[in-house]
Amino acid sequence: MNKLRISAPVMTAYLLFLLVPIYWLVTMSFKSNAEILGSFTLFPENPTLENYRTILTDASWYMGYVNSFIYVSLNTVISLLVALPAAYAFSRYRFMGDNHLFFWLLTNRMAPPAVFALPFFQLYSSVSLFDTHIAVALAHCLFNVPLAVWILEGFMRGVPREIDETAFIDGYGFTRFFARIFIPMIAPGIGVAAFFCFMFSWVELLLSRTLTSVEAKPITAIMTRTVSASGLDWGVLAAAGVLTIIPGAIVIYFVRGYIAKGFALGRV
Amino acid sequence: MQRSTNQRAWFLVLPVLVLVAFSSVIPMMTVVNYSFQDSFGGNEFFWVGLEWYRELLRSERLWDALGRQLLFSSIILLIEIPLGILVALCMPKKGWLASLCLVLMALPLLIPYNVVGTIWQVFGRADIGLLGRSLSDLGISFNYAQNAFDAWAIVVVMDVWHWTSLVALLAYAGLRSIPVAYYQAARIDQASRWSVFRFIELPKMRGVLIIAVLLRFMDSFMIYTEPFVLTGGGPGNATTFLSIDLVKMALGQFDLGPAAAFSLMYFLAILLISYVFYTVMISSDKAEPQS
Amino acid sequence: MASIALQDLAHSYFADPKSESDFALKEVNHTWADGHAYALLGPSGCGKTTLLNIMSGLLQPTRGRILFDDVDVTTASTAERNIAQVFQFPVVYDTMTVGENLAFPLRNRRKDVQYVSDRVDQVAQMIGLEEHLHRKSRGLTADLKQKISLGRGVVREDVNAVLFDEPLTVIDPHLKWELRTQLKALHREFGHTMIYVTHDQTEALTFAEKVVVMHEGRVVQIGTPRELFETPAHVFVGYFIGSPGMNFLPIGLEGNQAIIHGEKIDLAQDYGNPDGEIVLGVRPEFARLTKDKGLPIRINRIQDAGRRKFVNANLFGTQINIVVDAGVEIEADMTNVAFDPRNISIFRNDWRIEGRATGTGAEGWS
Repeated sequence: MNKLRISAPVMTAYLLFLLVPIYWLVTMSFKSNAEILGSFTLFPENPTLENYRTILTDASWYMGYVNSFIYVSLNTVISLLVALPAAYAFSRYRFMGDNHLFFWLLTNRMAPPAVFALPFFQLYSSVSLFDTHIAVALAHCLFNVPLAVWILEGFMRGVPREIDETAFIDGYGFTRFFARIFIPMIAPGIGVAAFFCFMFSWVELLLSRTLTSVEAKPITAIMTRTVSASGLDWGVLAAAGVLTIIPGAIVIYFVRGYIAKGFALGRV
Repeated sequence: MQRSTNQRAWFLVLPVLVLVAFSSVIPMMTVVNYSFQDSFGGNEFFWVGLEWYRELLRSERLWDALGRQLLFSSIILLIEIPLGILVALCMPKKGWLASLCLVLMALPLLIPYNVVGTIWQVFGRADIGLLGRSLSDLGISFNYAQNAFDAWAIVVVMDVWHWTSLVALLAYAGLRSIPVAYYQAARIDQASRWSVFRFIELPKMRGVLIIAVLLRFMDSFMIYTEPFVLTGGGPGNATTFLSIDLVKMALGQFDLGPAAAFSLMYFLAILLISYVFYTVMISSDKAEPQS
Repeated sequence: MASIALQDLAHSYFADPKSESDFALKEVNHTWADGHAYALLGPSGCGKTTLLNIMSGLLQPTRGRILFDDVDVTTASTAERNIAQVFQFPVVYDTMTVGENLAFPLRNRRKDVQYVSDRVDQVAQMIGLEEHLHRKSRGLTADLKQKISLGRGVVREDVNAVLFDEPLTVIDPHLKWELRTQLKALHREFGHTMIYVTHDQTEALTFAEKVVVMHEGRVVQIGTPRELFETPAHVFVGYFIGSPGMNFLPIGLEGNQAIIHGEKIDLAQDYGNPDGEIVLGVRPEFARLTKDKGLPIRINRIQDAGRRKFVNANLFGTQINIVVDAGVEIEADMTNVAFDPRNISIFRNDWRIEGRATGTGAEGWS
């Protein structure tokens, strides 16, 4: 068929375009610095795990991963916990100022992190939260909470009101109804929202770097510092980069069935 | 859906309000406050009124950064939206191939921004990068650290690499929601491939494409980390976009007042342009006569 | 226009069908005569839509051939077959006006501009869309959208057939009647061969000259509505046509008598003594409550539906239905049921069998 003749080459070319730069990073992470700088090779000639060993045996490196995981998880949990009731309110009730409120929430998604870097630094310093995981988690709520509310509201609107009404008539209290009936019904929506929260918190650098110095420093920030300090340790840099790609790849693998639906944000 | 009026719904929204107030309103007020004041030694402030705004609006630095920013956002929208749609149309519809494509395409989206920058920083270098090396082997001199055009090229290619998949996945989700009967009817009506795209697929993707344009506009307008890692805003100021300039001003030079004024105007510009985009895209449909 | 012949047509959605149960469509042989209005009737999942899509070329059959006027079109594309099809859910091109929607199939075939506009006006007038012609199709009601789909179906004069796939599913009940009437008018006016798929027997019986009944991937009977009602060829037709459906009683046969629990029922024909599983079928309309004649029953319930009453009763452990005209009183001592021998059908292994006519047996009914 004619369609296949165009589709397959376009798709192949696009995927190659996506994968070749990643491949380059991966091969570099298995090369020694001498090989990276000395000879130009498509495959590592003497594959070495030395770069990875450097990272995994040095606490100042691997604690970066732990820190990143802690604040990303905290952020995802906080975002979902506050977004769930709010999204329910927006999808079910009309109340004073609801539309303005919803729009105002979304505008926070449009706020450049660079604008908030300095005031956040001062705010969190003044309440002694500077360099803690919770500070980064709260800061990332700035863009993740509006997004979570938006996604969840779309999914909740797909659940007919009659479900709520029937449950209330059957004598369910609001909390029990919400936890036992409603949440299981929008589980895919929660999964999608969690995926996006995880994603945006995991990839963000500016705020997480500004709000941390030692104790809660994320891996991404450690990478930038290492580059500027030693400058030329390309192998370790590549290995650290590869290690930051892996969690994302794992998450994608688990949600692969929902990706297409998830990107429609529940409202096609 | 019919929504019932219930003022107690405010209680459900309260946690979000408190949280967002803490992480948005209070910092924003600090910014507003700074933008009208000057500081000495970090803790002595005095009122300067609109002085910073006036100074900024006259400064070439801001207008240059804004111009570069608008140019950058336009270029990447013009590339990523059509390319994303094309990729979505070419994606396999079902089976393990479709899952594989989805997973591979989502991969760049989950790579931390600075690692994206690092990947391209390495990839484009003529001494150790595949791209840079290949170009120089072809006799093309390519050096993004010294040549402004090269720097722009690699920043644009990097952004296309990073974000086209988002557009493609959104468009793909839109395409998947089209009932098969539409395609069957088009075959019966003997519609050409172009007609199917023009009259079925494009109208049905409208909703997700509006989201895609808005998201890509906003995020490209706020771009910071990737070009910062890749080019550091250089060579010279060639790739210094608004966020890079702002961070330089605020955290580098600690010019609190001008930075705060800059921040507010920056934020307002995004809101304004997004609003215009949104209104234009929504009303392009309503403007047509409804009998 | 053309007559459409289906030869040994079978289709399976599996790439490699093993047994007969893998086939959604099992061996269909049938010719649709030129210019007639047919209904294709059967429950969901019986293969109607599969058959339709094979005829329009949206599906390639696993086996068999399709001939348009003796020309083999089995592998021809939808466009080459020149067929129109209307789908269950309205398909409209949102960004076009109603008029542009109607003109779309003609413009794609590069018809003359003047002809297109005349033809669109004509069709729009027939189905009552002329006042909407210049409106955008987006945001119209479901029935207006379905009218547009119907209009696109009949706008081409030269199509070989117009196929309808349950086109009235999404239409409000009170508008169904109107649209069906318009369809019949379109058929009379334009003379297209029309094939109308539905699971609703009222729709099928009122629309079509001939009804094709399908069951589990097979065509079980083709006939006029009257033939389906009076002489069902298969127990499924007896059960599916009529409301309530036919009553069935397992019996033994001895010539022109049916034996059930030792009691004898007179038949109008002599069936001999066939083997296999024998079932007697009689429609509720041809059963009658009596005081002494016939077989003993126990009445379970009586439903009054205005013009008629429906009686549900037990006959030797089998539930049967009896239709009684509203004017007839049901008395307490009516404890028997009698069947009209001329309207009894005999089925052997689910298929109707015919016997030799005898002169006897008809006297029991008056």
